[in-house]
Amino acid sequence: MTPLAAFLVVAALVFAIGLAIALTRRNAILVLIGIELMLNAANLNLIAFWRFSPHANRHNDGLTGMMFAIFSIAVAAAEAAVGLGLVIAYHRHTKTTDLDAMTRMKG
Amino acid sequence: MIACSASLMTAWEARESISIPTSWIVANLWLIPAVPMAAAGLIALLKQPRRKTAAALSIGGLSFSLLLAIVAFAHVLTAWGQGTETREVVNFNWIDLGATHLQLGWILDPLAAVMLVMVTFVGLLIFIYSTGYMAHDENFTRFFCFLSLFAGGMLGVLIANSLLLLFMCWEIVGLTSYLLIGFWYHKPSAAAAAKKAFLTTRVGDIFFLLGMVWLFAQTGTLLFYNNGAGAMEPVALATLLSHPAALGLSAATAIGLLIFAGAAGKSGQLPLHVWLPDAMEGPTPVSALIHAATMVAAGVYLVARVYPLMSAGAAAGGSTVSLTVVAWVGALTALFGALVAVAQNDIKRILAYSTVSQLGYMMVGLAVGGVAVGMFHLITHAFFKALLFLGAGSVIHGCHEEQDIRRMGRLRIAMPLTFLTYSVGMLALSGFPIFFSGFWSKDAIIGAAHAWPISQGPFVLLLLGALLTAFYMMRQVAYVFFGSWRGPHHTHAHESPLAMTLPLSILAAFAIGLGLLGTPAWPWFTSFIESKSLSVDMHAFSEPGLLPLMGFAILLVFAGLGAGWWLYAVRPIENADQKDALEQASPTVFGWLANRLYFDELYEATVLRWYAVLAWLSDWLDRRLWGGVVTAVSSGFRSLGLVNKSVDSQWIDGTFDKGCEELVTGGGVLAWLQAGRTPGYLRILTLGVVVLAGLALVVGAVTGQVRL
Repeated sequence: MTPLAAFLVVAALVFAIGLAIALTRRNAILVLIGIELMLNAANLNLIAFWRFSPHANRHNDGLTGMMFAIFSIAVAAAEAAVGLGLVIAYHRHTKTTDLDAMTRMKG
Repeated sequence: MIACSASLMTAWEARESISIPTSWIVANLWLIPAVPMAAAGLIALLKQPRRKTAAALSIGGLSFSLLLAIVAFAHVLTAWGQGTETREVVNFNWIDLGATHLQLGWILDPLAAVMLVMVTFVGLLIFIYSTGYMAHDENFTRFFCFLSLFAGGMLGVLIANSLLLLFMCWEIVGLTSYLLIGFWYHKPSAAAAAKKAFLTTRVGDIFFLLGMVWLFAQTGTLLFYNNGAGAMEPVALATLLSHPAALGLSAATAIGLLIFAGAAGKSGQLPLHVWLPDAMEGPTPVSALIHAATMVAAGVYLVARVYPLMSAGAAAGGSTVSLTVVAWVGALTALFGALVAVAQNDIKRILAYSTVSQLGYMMVGLAVGGVAVGMFHLITHAFFKALLFLGAGSVIHGCHEEQDIRRMGRLRIAMPLTFLTYSVGMLALSGFPIFFSGFWSKDAIIGAAHAWPISQGPFVLLLLGALLTAFYMMRQVAYVFFGSWRGPHHTHAHESPLAMTLPLSILAAFAIGLGLLGTPAWPWFTSFIESKSLSVDMHAFSEPGLLPLMGFAILLVFAGLGAGWWLYAVRPIENADQKDALEQASPTVFGWLANRLYFDELYEATVLRWYAVLAWLSDWLDRRLWGGVVTAVSSGFRSLGLVNKSVDSQWIDGTFDKGCEELVTGGGVLAWLQAGRTPGYLRILTLGVVVLAGLALVVGAVTGQVRL
């Protein structure tokens, strides 16, 4: 059986890659993808910890971790939809998705 | 008015148990002054050239008032005939001042009813006359606006049951008088006369106001009659009598004298008469309406209204201090006016001084004979003096605005109708026996003065006045209508239009007929005013002393008329520059009279000089004393200001500037952080997370919760 640490390492890698993308990319869509990666890394952690927890098979609260992950995925989907909608709407007005150009809200 | 009637309704409901006005006319008496006032308001909103509308509104409004006044008169007459109460009042709360209420109200009694009919009737005739007299004036609409406003104010004075309401309307009347005297304000003399009239009457009004305030302070009410709670009713009068004022006078006397001072101002009594002759600068209809028939009578009416106060505390057959003062002032004024009128040459000025004199008669009549005697002369005088003034207006109009009687003459040929009616007025004013109203009313006053127990002084003064009245009227008629034409040769006098002669004829009829209402045998007027029963009593003539006195008065009148005829008509005056017969006889006396006994000069030398000194003193004090104080204070404040300024600039401003700089710098940093660049935010966020995570690791390691 694959040890817990392997999952955590993979999740950490995915999170790091996502963070790197979010920080370095100037394209809004790529930043969204980076955020998505980070979220999924967190989901991976949730599932991994659930799988290795001592109560994993109990019926009463055995599905807690799983439900948490599914909930998180649903929230991420909604977030992605809203985020993409914003980016598309912004693109319609200004013909750009460059984050550095999005300074309209500057006080 | 809507608001007024609404508040009236509520006041009414509250007072239902106390007094319920029985008839429509009493409840709606306020319409009589309100309609002319509304007409004035409408005319004021008219465009300038709409003359016919303005005249129609004025005349229509006053006709309506006349109708209502006749209805009111008939109502009082019916009540009198049935022997029921002839005095009815409607009161309502005007302003609530905590526990006290300021009440206004109106009254319908014989006094008010008679005056209402007289004022609306004479007023209407003068309005009609004005359409002819003012036909060529460019400010025709303005004139009718003021006339209507005047009529409204005057009628308000008449129906007021509250000294306060009376005073307010009194002031409206004063204002319109001012406006109308100064109607031709481009003439400096008219503007000055208007100012003089306004200021002189204001002197009286100050006393009136003081009396009013005092009365309110003592009795807590300004209503005349209020079912026992009014100021003219026994309870309040007893309170006033029991309160001593200064110099051993009771409050009732003092207040009575103060109010009489107001009346003296309005009615041109000595020493406040100076404005009335000057008021003749206004258009002649104004002189007739305001300064002869109605407004100047307002003072007499006021004294009649507060008569219970004036006569309060009089022993039977005696008099009070206030009434004695009124009698003496009136008698002196009567003689003074008649004396001065003898030596005037302006046709309207003669009549003005005659008015002053006749108002004196009225005051004496009130003081020595009671309300009815004074008021009867007021009513008859209103008719024949309006007649004389309108006649004088007709003469002036016919002679192309000439007012000097020395430049007239022989007008009985050119203006027969004016001559006829003027003669009627002249005979009525002189007191020509039997057929003319002035005879009966003046004789009643002289008779009452003779019977006055205090002194025979007023009686003698009045007799002298009667002699002089007949004399100066004869002199005027001789100058104007007899002799030869002394005006410029190329002009010709002409008779006036029907709009002017018709009112003259109507007034002449009344100047004759009215006398029959007040003969000793059938004293209809007195009985009506005093609400007594009336019967024909021919034996009244055989009362001891009545006929001899009457005969003596008649003798004096004939003497006056005869002397006038002999001096001015027997030898016709041929030349405008010819010296007056009296002036030839005694230039000094004539000079004194012609200069109005130097009253104006006296005031100029005393009152005006005093004011000038006072003004100069104030000026000097202002410049030197107060100016110095003000300068010292101001320089003190200036140096204080300098200190302040340096503190401000060095300390407060410096601190403030520093603080502001800091804020700007900090703001710059914050602005840089909030540049709106999303990646920037993200980086800071990440940095924060990393720091937090690092912190968690370190803290965990130190506390042993994390094993590395």
